[in-house]
Amino acid sequence: MNNMTVSVSPHIKDKTNTTAIMRDVLIALCPALIASAVIFGARALLVTAVCVAFAVGSEWVFEKTVKKPSTIGDLSAAVTGVLLAFNLPVGIPLWQAAFGSIVAIVVVKQLFGGIGQNFANPAITARIVMLLAFSGTMTAWVTPQIPEVLSNLFGLSAADASSGAADAMSSATPLVLLKNGETESLPAVVNMLLGYRGGCLGETSAVALIIGGVYLLVRRVISWHTPVAFVGTVFLLTLLLGKQPDYQVLSGGLLLGAVFMATDYSTTPSTNWGRVIFGIGCGLVTVLIRVWGNYPEGVSFSILLMNILTPYISRLTRAKPLGGVKA
Amino acid sequence: MLKKSLHGVRVPHRKNTSEDKPRRINTPAVVNIPMSMHIGAPAKPVVKVGDDVKVGQLIAEADGFVSSPIYSGVSGKVKRIGDMLVSSGGRVPAVTIETDGKQEMLEGIGPPKVSSLQELLEAVRSSGVVGLGGAGFPTAVKLSVKDLSMIDEVIINGAECEPYITSDTRTMIDDADLVWEGIELLQKYLRVKRVIIGIEDNKPRCIANFRSMCKPGCGVEVKALPANYPQGGEKVLIFNTIGRIVPEGKLPIDVGAVVVNCTTLAAVAKYIKTGIPLYEKCVTVDGSAVRNPQNVIAPIGTPLKDIFEFCGGFKSDPQKVLYGGPMMGIAVPDLEQPVLKNTNAILAFDAKDAKLPQETSCIKCGRCIAHCPLNLAPADIETAFRLKDAETLGRLKVNLCMECGCCAYVCPANRNLVQVNKLAKVMLRDYQSAQRAAEEMLKKSRDAKKEGSK
Repeated sequence: MNNMTVSVSPHIKDKTNTTAIMRDVLIALCPALIASAVIFGARALLVTAVCVAFAVGSEWVFEKTVKKPSTIGDLSAAVTGVLLAFNLPVGIPLWQAAFGSIVAIVVVKQLFGGIGQNFANPAITARIVMLLAFSGTMTAWVTPQIPEVLSNLFGLSAADASSGAADAMSSATPLVLLKNGETESLPAVVNMLLGYRGGCLGETSAVALIIGGVYLLVRRVISWHTPVAFVGTVFLLTLLLGKQPDYQVLSGGLLLGAVFMATDYSTTPSTNWGRVIFGIGCGLVTVLIRVWGNYPEGVSFSILLMNILTPYISRLTRAKPLGGVKA
Repeated sequence: MLKKSLHGVRVPHRKNTSEDKPRRINTPAVVNIPMSMHIGAPAKPVVKVGDDVKVGQLIAEADGFVSSPIYSGVSGKVKRIGDMLVSSGGRVPAVTIETDGKQEMLEGIGPPKVSSLQELLEAVRSSGVVGLGGAGFPTAVKLSVKDLSMIDEVIINGAECEPYITSDTRTMIDDADLVWEGIELLQKYLRVKRVIIGIEDNKPRCIANFRSMCKPGCGVEVKALPANYPQGGEKVLIFNTIGRIVPEGKLPIDVGAVVVNCTTLAAVAKYIKTGIPLYEKCVTVDGSAVRNPQNVIAPIGTPLKDIFEFCGGFKSDPQKVLYGGPMMGIAVPDLEQPVLKNTNAILAFDAKDAKLPQETSCIKCGRCIAHCPLNLAPADIETAFRLKDAETLGRLKVNLCMECGCCAYVCPANRNLVQVNKLAKVMLRDYQSAQRAAEEMLKKSRDAKKEGSK
């Protein structure tokens, strides 16, 4: 009787915990993972497996080395691994994928203090590092062929079904086509929605990504503010600039970034207004890079740039305490 | 821009005992009555060891304006007057009475004469009633308003937003007449134009009960509030009923509101009607370790173990026992702790429910910020506290925190945010007083220099 627990209130808690949240994110990534395997073949799964293995493994090794309790159980390293894989072309050499995963976990996440402490999104930063280090393999795109069953189902013409490119291998992504003004070679919108277009392995299937996003919204893991502000800004700006807003929204890593990367907790604002500003900022930078920059794609750079501004956005959008008087 | 309602959390209700009429417990063998069951100076004992006391007898008188007298709920002999360890960790003087089991009432108890505001306040002071919703602030002090025209509204707090607790619910069902008489007293002597009874909508019976009592033009309205914790927090209730914000460092009366808990008001009305002061309490007994959860009436000072025994003992070893609800309740170190004036529930939890969750790193998800009813940023407060940055704590207004526990309830990393906020408040207070002292010294030395230069 004398060893009763005495602790500070509250004495009950809801059921959420970090692991459950990360598990939800992994579940939300599943539709896109399945789509990537169907579209790009089994190698998509292999690349993802390598990234997850090296992300989780390097977190474990790092934490053992610096004698910190292991956090691989919270599944956040696994999420980073999947997200990084989704940002790579399917043909990426496996050692490069492994290298990227180690960069993401050790350099971007753990050296800054581990989960919750990193200021930049690990998967995005690692992707940018890889883009600079392995620019050849990182831009070797594969344009997948839409299966006949699907093309017949949606009544696509033969030209559409070939995704606009005569050569199915290593062709330009829709963004490159948009940038070069070769709009007549763009794949049909159905292809874009399903994911039969050139690009990174997890970013192409808009339908799968939206299903994942809806799941996260329903489970209240993310709020709608960032994705809506991000995608909405890109749509409106490209509409004003006459740059085919429908293709802009469905191309590149926009949906993957808006749903899964720009909603990362530690690297984005924690207030709703902050999330709106973050999303608008990301959209703005993305369009600037896509339309006037040297790179065809700007989603990664935009998110990284806004990551850096996050502490300031959070501070500026903090709600006024109820009844608070300025000191 | 006025927001419709404040943030908060949906906590489980677990109002298992709301349909049970409270039962009076068997008279305990011994009661321990601490002299400090209210905010303010401890009461001064007026009995001596060896004195015979009866039910309703004054055993300690108020020591100053912000204090409250204490009455015995049992008949018997005073055994000991001395310090006892209380749940706050401190030692306070207490009167121990050995009961004789006869429960003889003191003779000559009768209603006090009340015909003016002054007499009403005097009666409230003598009744020994303090804020029974939990705070324990002497009710007479709360009602001592300098200028009656300051009061626009009186809000009767029947929210009872904590899980498990149903003692206020029972007051609103069993003693609705007393609550109503209390309202009429306030209307008559404090000249209150508008009275609002705020009740969470998970208590439809109480809402219907009071609605049926409201006659057109009676100046009383019943407001059904969404069952959203912490609906019964004073500032939250004021905002959600009359839409006003109590500014930092001010009291509800500064925005024209007085909030009185329904059980407190019933206790006041009972004293003025019958002269019976506050010496016993209706207490909800519940929790996973309790065999027969129910509401009981127990004399103040009854050791918790006697109450649990009356409720059939424990199903399993109690690992954590609380005064009050699970969101804001205080864990007690042992079962010798007594029922206090402001004890509205005692909960006992088994080992499974008492298990402390493992704290992990903050993932900056912002849930604590999104759920804080006062728009504070607990995650940022924690960071500032760890950095010992008192200046930032002041900017973040940690001093406003009412420790309702919403932040810690929703935290996926199980951070002990309430504990940090409590400590951060102390850090901020120390910093501010040190700064004031430094400023004063600076001023003094400047003045001294001025004198010198003359």
